[in-house]
Amino acid sequence: MTVSKRIVLHFPKRLVDRPIVYRLIKDYDLEFNILKASVTPQEEGLMVLELKGEREDYDEGIRYLTTTGVRIQSLSQDVIRNEERCTHCGACITICPTGAFEVDPLTRLVKFDNEKCLACGLCILACPPRAMEVHF
Amino acid sequence: MSKTIEEINEKIREGKAVVVTAEEIIGIVKQKGVNKAAQEVDVVTTGTFGPMCSSGAYLNIGHSKPRIKLGGGKVYLNDVPAYAGFAAVDIYIGANALPDDDPRNKVYPGEFNYGGGHVIEELVAGKDIRLVATAYGTDCYPRRRLETWINIRDLNETVLFNIRNACQNYNVAVNLSDRTIYTYMGVLKSDMGNANYSTAGQLSPLFNDPYYKTIGIGTKIFLGGGIGFVAWHGTQHNPNVLRSDNGVPRRGAGTLSVIGDLKQMSPRWLIGTSMLGYGCTLTVGIGIPIPILSEEILQYTAVSDDGIFAPVIDYSDAYVQLKPDILDEVSYAQLKSGKIVIQGKEVPTASLSSYPRAVEIATILKEWITSGKFLLTESVAPLPGVESGITFKPLKERPLEE
Ligand code: SF4
Ligand code: SF4
Repeated sequence: MTVSKRIVLHFPKRLVDRPIVYRLIKDYDLEFNILKASVTPQEEGLMVLELKGEREDYDEGIRYLTTTGVRIQSLSQDVIRNEERCTHCGACITICPTGAFEVDPLTRLVKFDNEKCLACGLCILACPPRAMEVHF
Repeated sequence: MSKTIEEINEKIREGKAVVVTAEEIIGIVKQKGVNKAAQEVDVVTTGTFGPMCSSGAYLNIGHSKPRIKLGGGKVYLNDVPAYAGFAAVDIYIGANALPDDDPRNKVYPGEFNYGGGHVIEELVAGKDIRLVATAYGTDCYPRRRLETWINIRDLNETVLFNIRNACQNYNVAVNLSDRTIYTYMGVLKSDMGNANYSTAGQLSPLFNDPYYKTIGIGTKIFLGGGIGFVAWHGTQHNPNVLRSDNGVPRRGAGTLSVIGDLKQMSPRWLIGTSMLGYGCTLTVGIGIPIPILSEEILQYTAVSDDGIFAPVIDYSDAYVQLKPDILDEVSYAQLKSGKIVIQGKEVPTASLSSYPRAVEIATILKEWITSGKFLLTESVAPLPGVESGITFKPLKERPLEE
């Protein structure tokens, strides 16, 4: 079974310049997608990753990460659509940076693809009837 | 070929009327031609479902013991101020009203999570509403304070009375500035990052009767899930604008004032709405039947998205400064394709009004008519048309002090 998860990695100062992600990908056969990476003024490194691979490889990879001293945080925050409230207007379509919303050209219903959602939160307040909700 | 409304009503009573939506008629006319379609079809139903700011409701809450005169006092419904400038227990709640302590745009952009539109939605949904009122007290109305729960089922008249709805056409909003702006046309990204529009196009009532030949004062309509009527022309009704050969205005033009009993309505068709950085409003569902009295009227209802054009306006400057500048004109077919090209730039489009819900309204109205429970009305007076000479005037501002 393949899994795809989004996680936030906090690298303490001493680990910032070590090739940890490289090893993760190479040794555990995981696909990755860097969604955000930065180094704070205190030189702590922060990286938001989407990791994809076989369940076993994924779990081993996470185990490896913890042994290195990297702190892992799951992006458990989930954005869901309240189907009762959504009017299918489409105002969210040009707001979402990841293209999680799509209009069906025939019915003009707005599809929401939770898989594409990064939980950035931009649509929450931009949706006029407030149909998009954050769940933790 | 010509029919009268009475003839069509007779067919409706007999269950023989042919009713189609403004979307279906397009294909029928393509296939059969205007002449044949006009003979076969009796009614075309339209629909629109979008935020309509000039909406509100008046309520008569009944007299308390002892009596209180709300008129001239202050009234709050779930902390949202209602207008109390009438007799003792008549109040009006407007869709844009906000609680006194709402931070508005102090924290920019303001969230506007709850306002008059939300109160109306909750009232219609049958929820209890908290009423807090203060009054000055008179000999016949001595009470000065009232705090009570109210519920729509216990009130006397509860009437949705919207002074401007169902706009005939609307601007396409873009933002030429270098920062995101928050408008009643939604969030507009800098450098024309997106373009928002807000009508149902080919399904929208006044696009299907561009010269108001059938829709007039007294026309019976679908309003908020119940039955309502056209009360008057709406505010800013401006029939005298540039029109295409098919009669469809290319700018904002006609508007309607509508009225109906809130108790018949449903929260599915009246939704409290929040425009980020702008305010609260109410999303309203309206559907209007168009009796096919002649080939000419049928021809109007056959209009499709590629024959309806809207102006593209910069909401960071031209709109704000009341400049007449238009960046371009685009058709609703282009808008619905998901992108338009403005000044050589490809701009993704989004709608604020819901097309699927407009289809649903037109379909419900069609079912009401086909099943014989909704008869058409003859309008009692026409809406002002092109010949009325009405023009939409800006404010003539005269400063109070020199
Ligand atoms: S903006 Fe909100 S209501 Fe409109 S389609 Fe998107 S989620 Fe649905
Ligand atoms: S939370 Fe962000 S990524 Fe997810 S759907 Fe909303 S705008 Fe798109």
